[in-house]
Amino acid sequence: MHRFANPARFLRIASALFPWVSVLCALSLAAGLWFALAASPADYQQGDSVRIMYVHVPAAWMGMFCYSAMALFSAVALIWKHPLADLLARATAPIGAAFTFLCLVSGSLWGRPMWGTWWAWDARLTSMLILLFLYLGYMALADAFDDPERGRKSAAILALVGFVNVPVIKWSVDWWNTLHQPASVIKRGGPAIDSSMLLPLLLMAIGFQLYYVVVLILRVRAEIAEAKIRTLRLAAIHAAGGDDSP
Amino acid sequence: MTRKRRRLYFVLLGMLVLGGATALVLTALKDNLVYFYSPSDLAAKAVAGRRMRIGGLVEEGSVVKDGTQARFKVTDLAHDVGVRYTGVLPDLFREGQGVVIEGRLGTDGVFDASEVLAKHDEKYMPKDVADSLKKAGQWKGEAR
Amino acid sequence: MSEFFSMGGYAFFVWPSYLLALVLLVGLLLTSIRAARTRAALLDRLKAERRAFES
Repeated sequence: MHRFANPARFLRIASALFPWVSVLCALSLAAGLWFALAASPADYQQGDSVRIMYVHVPAAWMGMFCYSAMALFSAVALIWKHPLADLLARATAPIGAAFTFLCLVSGSLWGRPMWGTWWAWDARLTSMLILLFLYLGYMALADAFDDPERGRKSAAILALVGFVNVPVIKWSVDWWNTLHQPASVIKRGGPAIDSSMLLPLLLMAIGFQLYYVVVLILRVRAEIAEAKIRTLRLAAIHAAGGDDSP
Repeated sequence: MTRKRRRLYFVLLGMLVLGGATALVLTALKDNLVYFYSPSDLAAKAVAGRRMRIGGLVEEGSVVKDGTQARFKVTDLAHDVGVRYTGVLPDLFREGQGVVIEGRLGTDGVFDASEVLAKHDEKYMPKDVADSLKKAGQWKGEAR
Repeated sequence: MSEFFSMGGYAFFVWPSYLLALVLLVGLLLTSIRAARTRAALLDRLKAERRAFES
């Protein structure tokens, strides 16, 4: 683990992987979209509105995945003080927030025709909304302090505390009566979804996952450059006579 | 004990305490976190006049439509309750399908609905697959 | 073709979902690329200034 925590090494490996991941991402999204919009059947109950699922469900998975990754990176940053872990957590937050927002809006667009409402305060929808607020809180907190070290620490603690929400989202539909239906894919007894519809769902999920890797690499690059810029500027201020005023 | 180790235990302990506290709070709030009650809950509690939501299956053959008015029965297979509703029903509203209804229990024992939401199950399949499953007698009931 | 765009009557709900996905994902990708580029350029400039200062 320690060997990969070196930012220079990370940049080297990331640069080698980047073109391959980008191409694979584009391919799986293109195939996913083709199957999602054209080459998959309409649902026996929901008709063509079921196609919203191929955006909504992978976005929901990514919202939860990104938060879990962010919490894990934050834990590593807090415990072992790896500089890279903190950068990874900060780079993950906006990606996860975008996916969570997409999940909420597409869910609303799906709920209106199928359930008959844009929104319901049931346990699943509410806990997903809380997830979005956790992302926004994390991003605000990480930038809120003049001392970057303190902002990092507070944001990492928020990421860890908020992690309790992730299992609540996943099992809310089993623990309480909700308007939202139970899990279709990751459940005991195998998926309750026909293979012709599972294929576009998984392709889109793979595409979203690879998209995360692509954007993560770009954002970590920017974060590493930013950290170096800060060090250079501090060194310049000290060289100019130790005047700390901006 | 090194400082790293101490921080690791601190974070692990913190997560454990936090998880436990969350579980306790959620268990205490159980009744408030459910989105709807079942007709059996309704029979047990008998809370006429209070605004609430009930959920269950639309009983087969119980739907009577008269213009924009609809009357039907909601059942959880143990108890059922009659429902009156005026308005547009959602696309997925069907006999045998799940619904969530918001409204008040009238003094005559019929539920006056102000909103009817359709609840769907976790099954997704094309129409021909559903038809052949039904034909083969492998259909395991609607919704729920 | 028009059947494809009408989405069985659910066009108003299906297409905005996909449009939002496109806008969000492409937007985030572009801002991330731009952030990485501007930071890299700034870093190069600062490094060059530093070298000029030290020599």
